[in-house]
Amino acid sequence: MTLTRRMMLAAATALALAPAAAMAQETIKIGEINHYKRMAAFADPYKKGIELALKEINDAGGVMGKPLEFIYRDDQGDPAEAVKIAEELMTRDGAVMLTGSILSHVGLALSSFAAEKGYLYLAAEPLADSLVWGSGNKNTFRLRASTWIQAAMLAEEAAKSDAVTYATIAPNYAYGQDAVAAFKENLKRLKPEVEFVAEQWPGLFKIDAGAEVQAIERAKPDAIYNVTFGTDLAKFVREGTDRGLFDGRPVYGLLTGEPEYLEPLADEAPEGWFVTGYPWYAFEDGTPEKAFVDAYTADAGETPKIGSLVGYLTAKSIAAAIEKAGATDTDSLIAAFEGLEIPDTPIGTLAYREVDNQSTMGAYVGTIAIEDGKGVMVDWTYKGPDGYMPTDDEIKAMRPAE
Amino acid sequence: MAFLFAQFLTGLANASSLFLVASGLSLIFGVTRIVNFAHGSFYMLGAFIGVTLMELLPGHVGFWGAILLTGLAVGAIGAFVEMVVLRPIYRAPELFQLVATFGVILVIQDLALMIWGAEDRLGPRAPGLRGVWRIFGEPVPKYDIVIIAITPFILFALWYLITRTRVGVLVRAATQDREMVGALGVNQAWLFTGVFALGSALAGWGGALQLPKGGADLLMDFNIIGAVFVVVVIGGMGSLPGAFIAAVLISVLNVLGVTYLPQSTLVLMFVVMAVVLIIRPYGLLGREEVAGEHGQVGAPETPIRPYGTTGQMLVIALLALLAALPLFADRFLLILMIDMVVFALFAASLHFILGSGGLVSFGHAAFFGGGAYAAALLVFHTDTPMELAFLFAPLAAGLLALGIGWFCIRLTGVYFAMLTLAFSQLVWSLAFQWREVTRGDDGLVNIWPSPWLSGTVPYYYFTLALGIGGILVLRHIIHSPFGYALRAGRDSPRQAEAMGIDVKRIQFAAFALAGVMAGLAGGIFVFSKGSVFPTELEIAASFDALIVVFLGGVKTLAGGVVGAGFMTVAEDWLTRLEYWRLVLGLVIIAVVIIAPEGIVGSLRRLWTRLRGTDEEALQ
Amino acid sequence: MTEILRVENLKKSYDGFLAVNGVSFAVKQGELKALIGPNGAGKSTCFNMLMGQLKPTAGEVFFDGARITGKRPREIWRMGVGRTFQITGTYQSMTVIENVQMALISHHRRLYSVLPRAWKLYREEAFEFLKTVSMQDQADRPCSILAYGDLKRLELAIALTHRPRLLLMDEPTAGMAPTARVELMQLVADIVSEQGVSVLFTEHDMDVVFAHAHHIMVLNRGELIADGSAAEVRANPQVQEVYLGGGTLFKEASHA
Repeated sequence: MTLTRRMMLAAATALALAPAAAMAQETIKIGEINHYKRMAAFADPYKKGIELALKEINDAGGVMGKPLEFIYRDDQGDPAEAVKIAEELMTRDGAVMLTGSILSHVGLALSSFAAEKGYLYLAAEPLADSLVWGSGNKNTFRLRASTWIQAAMLAEEAAKSDAVTYATIAPNYAYGQDAVAAFKENLKRLKPEVEFVAEQWPGLFKIDAGAEVQAIERAKPDAIYNVTFGTDLAKFVREGTDRGLFDGRPVYGLLTGEPEYLEPLADEAPEGWFVTGYPWYAFEDGTPEKAFVDAYTADAGETPKIGSLVGYLTAKSIAAAIEKAGATDTDSLIAAFEGLEIPDTPIGTLAYREVDNQSTMGAYVGTIAIEDGKGVMVDWTYKGPDGYMPTDDEIKAMRPAE
Repeated sequence: MAFLFAQFLTGLANASSLFLVASGLSLIFGVTRIVNFAHGSFYMLGAFIGVTLMELLPGHVGFWGAILLTGLAVGAIGAFVEMVVLRPIYRAPELFQLVATFGVILVIQDLALMIWGAEDRLGPRAPGLRGVWRIFGEPVPKYDIVIIAITPFILFALWYLITRTRVGVLVRAATQDREMVGALGVNQAWLFTGVFALGSALAGWGGALQLPKGGADLLMDFNIIGAVFVVVVIGGMGSLPGAFIAAVLISVLNVLGVTYLPQSTLVLMFVVMAVVLIIRPYGLLGREEVAGEHGQVGAPETPIRPYGTTGQMLVIALLALLAALPLFADRFLLILMIDMVVFALFAASLHFILGSGGLVSFGHAAFFGGGAYAAALLVFHTDTPMELAFLFAPLAAGLLALGIGWFCIRLTGVYFAMLTLAFSQLVWSLAFQWREVTRGDDGLVNIWPSPWLSGTVPYYYFTLALGIGGILVLRHIIHSPFGYALRAGRDSPRQAEAMGIDVKRIQFAAFALAGVMAGLAGGIFVFSKGSVFPTELEIAASFDALIVVFLGGVKTLAGGVVGAGFMTVAEDWLTRLEYWRLVLGLVIIAVVIIAPEGIVGSLRRLWTRLRGTDEEALQ
Repeated sequence: MTEILRVENLKKSYDGFLAVNGVSFAVKQGELKALIGPNGAGKSTCFNMLMGQLKPTAGEVFFDGARITGKRPREIWRMGVGRTFQITGTYQSMTVIENVQMALISHHRRLYSVLPRAWKLYREEAFEFLKTVSMQDQADRPCSILAYGDLKRLELAIALTHRPRLLLMDEPTAGMAPTARVELMQLVADIVSEQGVSVLFTEHDMDVVFAHAHHIMVLNRGELIADGSAAEVRANPQVQEVYLGGGTLFKEASHA
């Protein structure tokens, strides 16, 4: 090596600052990309869930005899940045596959990138239906129950009520629009006479709650379908409760029961709403669900969120896939993920469907009540995605030909 | 009728918090000429400090006392920020301070996360004010009525302060004519600190007062800043009554929009701002900006020259190094370099109109993202071959710039900046909301280059040729008669007009050219990432470019490129850390204080000083 | 001698206040003519209307027989009228010679040219203009470090680049030392006699006015009260009254 070349190398290295992690090859590395700062409230429990699973996996001898390791990187919620980091994780850090993202658009960018470059991407939390349907590809798998599935569960419950006229309120972006469209389609199918009399679209985290409540009240709907979450939800619930919007009206709330959104509401949680969520406080002793909650609480020092469960299942899925593949090249891993079955997870057997690479993780549905000054889900059940999905043929028609 | 009245009350209640925050920003701008991006952060701090104090202090007295104390606390923080961060850089080139305030945003974000944690806080209820009163049968929350009643008192107190006290006289004098304050024998530094503290306190009160209607969370700084700037601009920068009228106008229109046009929530206020600025270029109650008011402070720009032999050699050596990079660098370094070149071209295109033209655009991402979207839409919907679709990126961005420029160019200074911001928001909302075509924020995916370019190395050379080529073209044009005419119009529009130069037309052409170049960067970008999302059109994307241009040095030719390179590397490095925003924020603030003329400008000064030469050496 | 500039009944009112009230005069080819008057008499308003910076409320301005009322400054410049300002407006980020080159580039209509390097264009020609005002030694200095008097001279050089037939100079010697004033006006007078340019200027300094102007006009409260040779104006009782009542400048001038 000439001196010049060595200097150039040094310069190049200094420029890009290759992380020191690149040296050790004894571990199997997974590239984890998330919005740790921008969505800290969601990403933190998710990361702690992964950490718990990793501890269990590695205490039990790791995968293929090697410890499993996650490399966490922050993409600032920017899809372009996520794609850049993904490249670095795969080509420089020696990651064998990619996972992560909460925001759907980042998930979609990573999915497209994985397909183009021949990597494997497990979308943990993004909810967008198109991730495995309209924009699906063979390199992308998705863990969490999609918007469509959860909306269909609420629509099923709504169809049982007497309500005929509905108002919807959803944040004005792809997720909110998909959630409203999915609810409408499922409800119309079950109960063709329903009518949607008002559709409200506040900007994400910029809700003008008083005005939204007035606008919905003006339409005098029999029932309301809510997709707002986070601070929008808090403001909407406050204004709506104060102004009597929810009096005598059934409300169906997508994700409203998730601890991420329910806990901040405390004693102002909207009683009587039928919601999807995660009732970690209500599991019975001796169930795998309860065992996970206890283990997580002990490990993380806080009660679990839905993100904790997703993070935990993400790491477990990946470990299972690598074990099944017996190798870490992308093709073997993809083959392993197709039809992968993981028994004994907190939600029972978890599988990845061959038809659309979607996992069989379902959702908890129930009714919000207030106990001890806190909002909780009561009368809840866990529902798998079966029966809430389009038919296999419909899905095949949606997925681009490969 | 009763319903309409109830809606009007809702609008008024919303206006109160908005007015408080906006009046603070307007005061700060009026006196110090600082465009304070960190104003939303003071609002957020107000909310968090308010929640904490309300938990500590019980009862009626505790609630209102907590609000009062919150303002004082945030005011003190504001004074600290002003003294430590802003005071050293008042003599920096125009608008440079906004980079420092951007650093402050980052620092406050991470500090808030450390102190209060990630979870949203629901605001405590005002004691005794839960529930509604019925007005003409319509329910109106009690707290709404109370803050509607409070706001006029606050407005009156501010009005009294500004018009009836000595401090107010000084503030007004400073707003009208900064030189005069010095002539009145007033310590300008003290006045600036005081005004900044007052403005911050107002933002803090705004954050605390909205608590019973909402809460505190870590995204509220960014979520309010757009609306606050809109209100200040519509009202007229520096005008308190204007801010009040605009806050009411925007809030009431928003309420009506929610009811009668629910899809309008994203853009309504930006449409209103664009319309107001087109009809009244200085806002409702603003006054015309005096030319050069944004401080032709700082050293004047030195005459430009193409690099001498040494400089040319260095550039050639650098280019040779870049060309040889694939021989020894790994794939990721090439990817990083592609990102860097794309960002550098984007920044250079903004620097072209900002540096040579004096046109501060807050909406330049519209052309970068616009170009990316133009190419992506063709590929996505019509399967246009990449080579052809790519050409549409600069073309469409240029046409977009012609359209937007036609409205914006007639304005100047901050108002020009805000109108470009409004238009870029309109473009953003088009991409965001027109889902049938753009797929909204699901974005356009699978936009990959043709097979012959799909490898990292070929695409690297493609980027190098077009990206560096674009930068060199821009650089050449700066040295051409057209570039000189642009600079002439910036230095002295009156003299330029008096020697036959149609300043506005020259600026219009430059604006379009900058759009073309930003679009070119967007085209390279979209095929390197394979997807494009509305994030590329966001305000944040425009500000990224703005910040690197200032950081690199406005009054230098290489500023944009160097700033972009610096930022790409710094970000790539720092985001690996747990509290990277804190560190990045501090790095930005440090650079701003150490190098008030930007990185390149300050290096050049240092170089000149080291060589011990006078101005003749710069020839 | 033919008329190069004719002004007819020019008026400008601000909210009912008549700043310029029906001013009519003419400037002949090769004439060096001064427009004087006490502060607030309307000199600058008048000038700004001639050059297109202000729109007249009423009246007409003709340059070489062509109506230029309401035209933009750059259009009037293209027709062959040059101008210097009371407060100089040079390009601070350019060198002295580049300021002149800029004007030449505009004159040769190459503003939108992107291929050549601007600093190489018309350099010799620009150098000649700098020589005219004795600024050739400072050609490559940054404009931002020039002394005020030099800036005034530079502005004059710039104003000459498109070989104007009429030059409008607003307070050309304001802010300069007395000796420099004399030098500058002598320079202007030389240019008038050598190149046949007509010059209309406003001025505070009566020494300058009476030493150099061929003809002098006196403006008071927006109206022209005198228009004639130095002797005629000096003898005009109305002018005497205005200046004796309103200022001391004329007294100084009569001592001169």
